[in-house]
Amino acid sequence: MAHQAAHSHEAHEAHHHEELGFWRKYIFSTDHKIIGIQYGLTALVFMLLGFFLMLAMRWQIAYPGKAVPIVGAFFQTVFGTDLAQGGIISPDLYNSFGAMHGTIMVFLAVVPLAFGAFGNYVTPLQIGAPDMAFPRLNMASYWIFLLSGLIMFASFFTPAGAAKSGWTSYSPLASVNDLNHQWNGQTFWLIGMVFNITASLLGAVNFITTIIQLRAKGMTWMRLPFFTWAQFVTAFLLLLAFPPLEAASVLQLMDNFFHTSFFLPSGLVVSGNPLDVSGGGSPLLWQHLFWFLGHPEVYVLILPAIGIVTEIVANNTRKPIWGYRSMVYAVLGIGFLSFIVWAHHMYLTGMGTKISTFFQTTTMMISIPSVIILTCLFISLWGGSIRFNVPMHFALAFMVMFGIGGLTGLPLGFNASDIQLHDTYYIIAHFHYVVAPGTIFGLFAGIYHWYPKMTGRQMNVFWGKTHFWLSFIFMNAIFAPMFLQGLAGMHRRMSDGGATYAAANPVNQGFPDALSEGIIKLNEHISWAAVCLAIAQIPFILNLVISMRKGEKITSDNPWDATTLEWATPTPPPHGNFAVVPTVVRGPYEYSVPGAKTDFTPQNAPLSPERESKKSHA
Amino acid sequence: MDIPYTTKPRPDTGLYNAKVGIWLFLASEIMLFGALFSSYILLRVGADPKLVWPALAAWPSHSDGLLNVPMGAINTLVLIVSSVTVVMAWASLKMKNFNKFFMYQGITVACAILFCGIKSAEYAAKFSHYHLVLKDGTAFTGHLEPKQYFMTDRKLRQAKVEEITFLKDPQKGHAEASAEHGSGDEAHASHEPEKIKMSDIKRLTFWGPQQSTYFAIYFTMTGLHALHVVGGALVIGYLWLPGSRMWKTNPERFTNRVEVCGLFWHFVDLVWIFLFPVLYLL
Repeated sequence: MAHQAAHSHEAHEAHHHEELGFWRKYIFSTDHKIIGIQYGLTALVFMLLGFFLMLAMRWQIAYPGKAVPIVGAFFQTVFGTDLAQGGIISPDLYNSFGAMHGTIMVFLAVVPLAFGAFGNYVTPLQIGAPDMAFPRLNMASYWIFLLSGLIMFASFFTPAGAAKSGWTSYSPLASVNDLNHQWNGQTFWLIGMVFNITASLLGAVNFITTIIQLRAKGMTWMRLPFFTWAQFVTAFLLLLAFPPLEAASVLQLMDNFFHTSFFLPSGLVVSGNPLDVSGGGSPLLWQHLFWFLGHPEVYVLILPAIGIVTEIVANNTRKPIWGYRSMVYAVLGIGFLSFIVWAHHMYLTGMGTKISTFFQTTTMMISIPSVIILTCLFISLWGGSIRFNVPMHFALAFMVMFGIGGLTGLPLGFNASDIQLHDTYYIIAHFHYVVAPGTIFGLFAGIYHWYPKMTGRQMNVFWGKTHFWLSFIFMNAIFAPMFLQGLAGMHRRMSDGGATYAAANPVNQGFPDALSEGIIKLNEHISWAAVCLAIAQIPFILNLVISMRKGEKITSDNPWDATTLEWATPTPPPHGNFAVVPTVVRGPYEYSVPGAKTDFTPQNAPLSPERESKKSHA
Repeated sequence: MDIPYTTKPRPDTGLYNAKVGIWLFLASEIMLFGALFSSYILLRVGADPKLVWPALAAWPSHSDGLLNVPMGAINTLVLIVSSVTVVMAWASLKMKNFNKFFMYQGITVACAILFCGIKSAEYAAKFSHYHLVLKDGTAFTGHLEPKQYFMTDRKLRQAKVEEITFLKDPQKGHAEASAEHGSGDEAHASHEPEKIKMSDIKRLTFWGPQQSTYFAIYFTMTGLHALHVVGGALVIGYLWLPGSRMWKTNPERFTNRVEVCGLFWHFVDLVWIFLFPVLYLL
């Protein structure tokens, strides 16, 4: 006994002999799990800041021309009297908030959380790898991402404020809206984007290499958990779709810095003066390059969330996923098709009806694999003894909300109906249903699901459910009315919520496209729902922080009785992950196998003796 | 903790990690340059025929002689040679001959430097070459006397210059047209520097990216390519001198590193193989 203890002590020493200091372990770490958590926390902070920008905008929409309560004086100090006189958000400031809300949410919050955080933390564990294939590249990816975020936020402090030409930064508007400063918000935006793209490029190379090269013994492609498949396809989208935007950013930087005319047509007149450039450029070129990224980006936002939800649905219905193979082929199909649908964002640019027809067709085609995935998930619920824990609440809500988001997208994909709906609140409602109660609910589900693995403690269930129900109600209270506003013709970029427009074209004078009082009044309801949504996040934030120290300790490494490999590690997993290198012998979702001792059979649990002998005979 | 397959290939894929990584990276690079080549096509086919910079076409072609084809051709040759030597260097390592590696990779680095040198000379020639449009609509290309770089009419006006000395290029098209009318002398008569008043000048600009969309895409694409050449040369240079210590400790891994940066170098070469005809010859 004493001998054994001494031996294990020795082993312990040997194991820890490369113990790293605080800085190398938690700050400049090359461990995929620490990097994942860094990505996650940074992205959550960015998400909160992006949300605050939106709250300020919602105030301006609901109560145009009134000083923002609480933070009004702060706005005037930070943004100056030009942009926030007396704490009132000027149209210019509104535009920059709008552009930055979109940029932050897409590029600095949701993608880093879905791909950088969950992908980094969970993927190597799920495939049984000790780390990512290139740990130092992984660290570089995080730090470059952080730099890109800081550059974006720094742009608020430039003389004329942050970028204000929408998150799409259409030229020529983006190039000419602040000709007095070369280092303007738009320049910061472009440089920030170049860094952001570099970071996701490094991440994508790393993810794909890891999944191809570092799968554990026996982890064949059709035994990969669906989450890993989703991350794999996402990584390819990032790898191949982002570089064209990098090229576009370089070209727009050339326009701003070296006075080229890539996106500036001939004869451009700005504020009454002909612009002193050579001309001959093409504004449409920017839109093509932007949306070539922009559309695959939509799937970058949604696929990891679908992956997370699939894991949680399988785990909490205690059933194999229905149609796992079809889901894998569907996700590959989505990945491919997402590269040839981009111009459905450009029906109104006059690019020609033949091209519109092509993109309308591909757009309708891509809904097929999306519906396959969602259908498989719904059928997976059938006959399951569902455990209604917190992650499952979010996962179920995701399925419905993503369904609403997806179906309302169809009228936008037809170019005839898009003419009516383009650039209205309808499209805001559509893509927010996909991303906010869709993707973000998926991400919340993932946080509640993997939190015990990351910390060794559970998050509080009561506050988790409170967070869920309040978020669910207020998300819908925010976005459902926007469909009505959009159908009534409210344009998405009106900084006063349509008040001026409605006053100029009153309904009772027979303008068919005018905004009625009821539609304008909805602005206030939506804004207060947004405030309530903000309050509903407080239980989540407190739960996340307090549970790290006070949460209920888990007694098993596999608290959800799950089958995938991330639950076969010690909790939390040490540097190097697995105590014993796992060997995979079966598919990812072997729940409730008839004759098995438990209702879950982990991927690495040894085969039963009889099956072993059967195999050797065969 | 060791990450598997950093040096040895994984049996089922037949590749070590870095090789998968570099191929993926090159795929994204193809999308980057692919976007730029697509932009080139879109800008060229969409070039506004009404927007003719006098003395320069809306989209200049080979016959306008704006770029120095012999220099471009030499640079193509230089890069092809370096692409051969970079493979020979790797093959030498595979045959355990470090000295040959050292020689071949030395040639690669020298080629990279030569390429950048020739490219800089080409750039410098463009930055001191001017396009001049007068208010009466006539236009010329040529040089300022004395030689000046990066000059524009705006800068000259800010400096309150009233008159410039301009040496016109011999005008090919003009000379032929004149010859048909039997007064060929006139075209060659103006081969002396001329004094031109600033008040007569509509636009004076060097052949930089701002001159026209053609030069804009030329400088952007060749500039981005040159950055790739510099980056590749730095990595190859590092593995040639300080990084080659690894040959003593882990020869297999060192050989892999040389192979991976060689793959990148081939890509850089390949981009130039497309750039040269597209920009210089079409």
